[in-house]
Amino acid sequence: MISLDALLSRDVRAGARLLRWIDDGNAEARGLLKQLYPHTGKGTIIGITGNPGAGKSTLTDQLIHRYRKQGKSVAVVAVDPSSPFSGGALLGDRIRMQEHAVDDDVFIRSFATRGHLGGLTNTTTDVVHALDAMGWQIILIETVGVGQDEVEVQRLAHTTVVTMAPGLGDEIQAIKAGILEIADIFAVNKSDREGADRTVSELQMMLDIGYVSPAEQAHHGGSILLRDQRQERVCPQGWVPHIVKTIATTGDGVDELMTALAEHTQAFQNACQDESFGRARQRQEFLDVFRRALFERGWSYLMHEDHLNQILDQLLDGSADPYTLAEEAVKTLYRL
Amino acid sequence: MLYDRKSLEEIIQSQESWTKEELNKLLARFPERDVRFTTISDLEIPRLVSPEALPEFDYDQELGFPGSYPYTRGVQPSMYRGRLWTMRQFAGFGTPEDTNQRFRFLLNQGQTGLSVAFHYPTLMGYDSDHPRSLGEVGKCGVAVDSLRDMEVMFEGIPLDKVTTSMTINGPAGILLAMYIVVAEKQGVPADKIGGTIQNDILKEYIAQKSWIFPPRPSMRIITDILSYCTHNVPRWNTISISGYHIREAGSTAVQELAFTLADGIGYVQAGIDAGLDVDDFAPRLSFFFNAHSDFFEEIAKYRAARRIWARVMKERFGAKKAASLKLRFHSQTAGCSLTAQQPINNVVRTTTQALSAVLGGTQSLHTNSMDETLALPTEGAVTVALRTQQIIAEETGVVHTIDPLGGSYFVEWLTNKMEADAMKYIEKIDDLGGIIPAIEVGYPQKEIGDAAYHYQGQVEKNEKIVVGVNKYCKEEEIPFSLLKIDEEVAHTQVANLQEVKRKRDEQKVQAQLKRIAEVARSEGNLMECFVDAVREYCTQGEIIEVLRGVFGEHRDPGML
Amino acid sequence: MTEQRKIRVLIAKPGLDGHDRGAKIVARSLRDAGMEVIYTGLHQTPEMIVSAAIQEDVDAIGMSIMSGAHNVLMPVVVEGLAEKNAQDIAVFGGGIIPEDDIPDLKEKGIKAVFTPGTPTADIITWIKENISPK
Repeated sequence: MISLDALLSRDVRAGARLLRWIDDGNAEARGLLKQLYPHTGKGTIIGITGNPGAGKSTLTDQLIHRYRKQGKSVAVVAVDPSSPFSGGALLGDRIRMQEHAVDDDVFIRSFATRGHLGGLTNTTTDVVHALDAMGWQIILIETVGVGQDEVEVQRLAHTTVVTMAPGLGDEIQAIKAGILEIADIFAVNKSDREGADRTVSELQMMLDIGYVSPAEQAHHGGSILLRDQRQERVCPQGWVPHIVKTIATTGDGVDELMTALAEHTQAFQNACQDESFGRARQRQEFLDVFRRALFERGWSYLMHEDHLNQILDQLLDGSADPYTLAEEAVKTLYRL
Repeated sequence: MLYDRKSLEEIIQSQESWTKEELNKLLARFPERDVRFTTISDLEIPRLVSPEALPEFDYDQELGFPGSYPYTRGVQPSMYRGRLWTMRQFAGFGTPEDTNQRFRFLLNQGQTGLSVAFHYPTLMGYDSDHPRSLGEVGKCGVAVDSLRDMEVMFEGIPLDKVTTSMTINGPAGILLAMYIVVAEKQGVPADKIGGTIQNDILKEYIAQKSWIFPPRPSMRIITDILSYCTHNVPRWNTISISGYHIREAGSTAVQELAFTLADGIGYVQAGIDAGLDVDDFAPRLSFFFNAHSDFFEEIAKYRAARRIWARVMKERFGAKKAASLKLRFHSQTAGCSLTAQQPINNVVRTTTQALSAVLGGTQSLHTNSMDETLALPTEGAVTVALRTQQIIAEETGVVHTIDPLGGSYFVEWLTNKMEADAMKYIEKIDDLGGIIPAIEVGYPQKEIGDAAYHYQGQVEKNEKIVVGVNKYCKEEEIPFSLLKIDEEVAHTQVANLQEVKRKRDEQKVQAQLKRIAEVARSEGNLMECFVDAVREYCTQGEIIEVLRGVFGEHRDPGML
Repeated sequence: MTEQRKIRVLIAKPGLDGHDRGAKIVARSLRDAGMEVIYTGLHQTPEMIVSAAIQEDVDAIGMSIMSGAHNVLMPVVVEGLAEKNAQDIAVFGGGIIPEDDIPDLKEKGIKAVFTPGTPTADIITWIKENISPK
């Protein structure tokens, strides 16, 4: 049992257990999430993504330091990949943040993707809701960082920081992965390395040619910007991504990053006054919850009542095709 | 070349007919025991090496004579016929008083040099009373906080008569400074003392992980030491570039060779970049390798190491003095090869490992004691270990001729192979921008981690045999008693430290610490400051704390 | 929700020794046995380990110590967990630990001690038999 009071008073043990339940898909978690939801909306949610070796964890560590200096409490959600072979995972992001392990105002939690693609876990939305409701003021989400299609974080975060390092070919990767479009801020990390200035200018150039200008945004009427068919990007009107040079290992440039974050947070809050903006964000969030609810219903229908075996029997004896069977299952399940 | 073209062709022809007529027929009836025969590093070993595998072999180019370029056969013209290697058992535990006793015991047993093992707090730059030192005081080595401890440790040991090796890295300069002042108090001037500080911070980042500062300020401290010693302590070996720990962390033999030499290249480059003349400091660089279990692989490794280093120093750095080209090395038998199961077998392992180091031409040697996977060695166990060296030196006869395995087709082939494979790694590290950038991206760390995991998998699948662990196992009690270090040591040490702090001149201490901070921020020589500071009984923990404030701290980058 | 429970284990290196070969091999082996392993890195104080274990809500903590500090450091972690009301987190250890010390460590709440030469398969089996995910 986890008490709501314990969660709302930010009890670490209770909070950590709730996250475990969320992560494991324990049915009790949903009840608690319903009760916690009214308490959400106070935290600032920041996503940090970028390729392996770009220095995400070290940069996250620096941000923890700065926010703590401002007296804010910080929760970190660090996502690493699960092994597709064993289902296990080796979660090492917190190594670089261990200095904060004994600070009561810092909470660090590692998650494995467990097969989920997109840079987060299947339940990161719920995890962030829980942390927000518990009263963590800053919630930092560090994505997997394997450089593939890690665009989910921008739906969840208020501000998305894309971290890059010169000389890793990150610029090219970024375009390929569609990561360029999700950045509110670019942190060109390890900027003491050769090629940092070139990375900055290349980014600048790509933004100049590729990004829809504020004027055009206005023409689209509102703050919603549709970048492509898969990813709906919601960002404050008129925001042009900032590029900041950092050296996470020494802390150089992190103050500038903090300034950029503060500016974007302000822009985000202003945009939230706009109903269409709020609506668009709610839409994204609801669709995520709804998609999972649909999937879970369907999955348990298949698994728990032996429906799957019946379907497999029909497939094996050749009496039906998978398309028809799937359609029928959906019809039965949702009484369509 | 070993053979002219005609003779070589004849040999190749007879080898072909031997293969067809003899070998293949036999194999058809009696297959070999395995499909692959590999070294402990998983390097595939051929069935037979004949002149066919060494068609271009050039004696002058590849081997030369002992004491002459490229030093493959040894660094001195007479090798062990002139002087045996230094028998140097690594020792240190408990309080400085305990260790002083062990040192005197070892010298009485015929040991010819001292080697100090410090406890973890000293290695990491904490005093014994620091909260981080909890549970660690005197456990893995001797506790040294201030000059007082160094004075006690060397009491009654004349520092102009023995040489001392100190396994210390982050705080190396401070401990050397203490040694210099102890000698001074004995009336021995700095230019008369001899020994080694490990001072090899790069391998700490790669493998041993007793680091304090980030790589770049660490390199600055090292170049300060190089420059100070060149002028003031000319007989001191300023860096012992160590592969030992790289191997213990699970690397292959080739990785040990390559990463160690890459570290060496890094130090030489740093010295040159700091404005030193390569021939001024290179002669005082020495090396430290692991003597592991795969007999010939190890011998080939040492021979290849000498050849690569000579070539690198000459061709890459343009060193001119012969002493700059010579790779002198200490070796230690492989701690990680010892087993807790049937531990007396460790004596046998250590013996063959030590023999490989001697056949590979080592300059000094530590042989592990049979009880070292269980605890620090007892006096009894360390005596057997020392006797092992003495038996090799006095009874086996292997010391009578120089490089007895030189010219063995197999050993020469393997030496070439080790050199070629190591050079591939060194080139890769050059491509990454040198050893420091390579460490920063975790390249050597990851290679070693993968090799360690691979080997463990082989042991668990019984592809590699460890006697008593995955074959020939039997339950048994530990047949000897172990050395115990109780918490009383910590209390004594902390009390002594407090006593030192009470007695010293606090104003002078603060002035010295302030000066260290200033010099660390500017460009002066830190080593000079260390000598003055320890003379006033500034503790090593205090000095390191000041430097942490200026240089920051290195943290585990957690390469998984 | 679709339930998917995994064993979560914290692998930690307390104290000052830097010999992480064993800890990393164990961490990788547990991952390959399907567990989620959180690795803390080197030079951890007992307080850091306790706090990380609670935040990560792990089922077990595995500690590796080579320096001889096990008799002091391992029990401090067990005590720290008890203070935070987290006795349900099992603690096991490994490293250079003399046989004589093991009974005392067990007395102080260390559930299992694995000495040099233990196959990783034995550690995996022990965890699977003694630890179930919360």
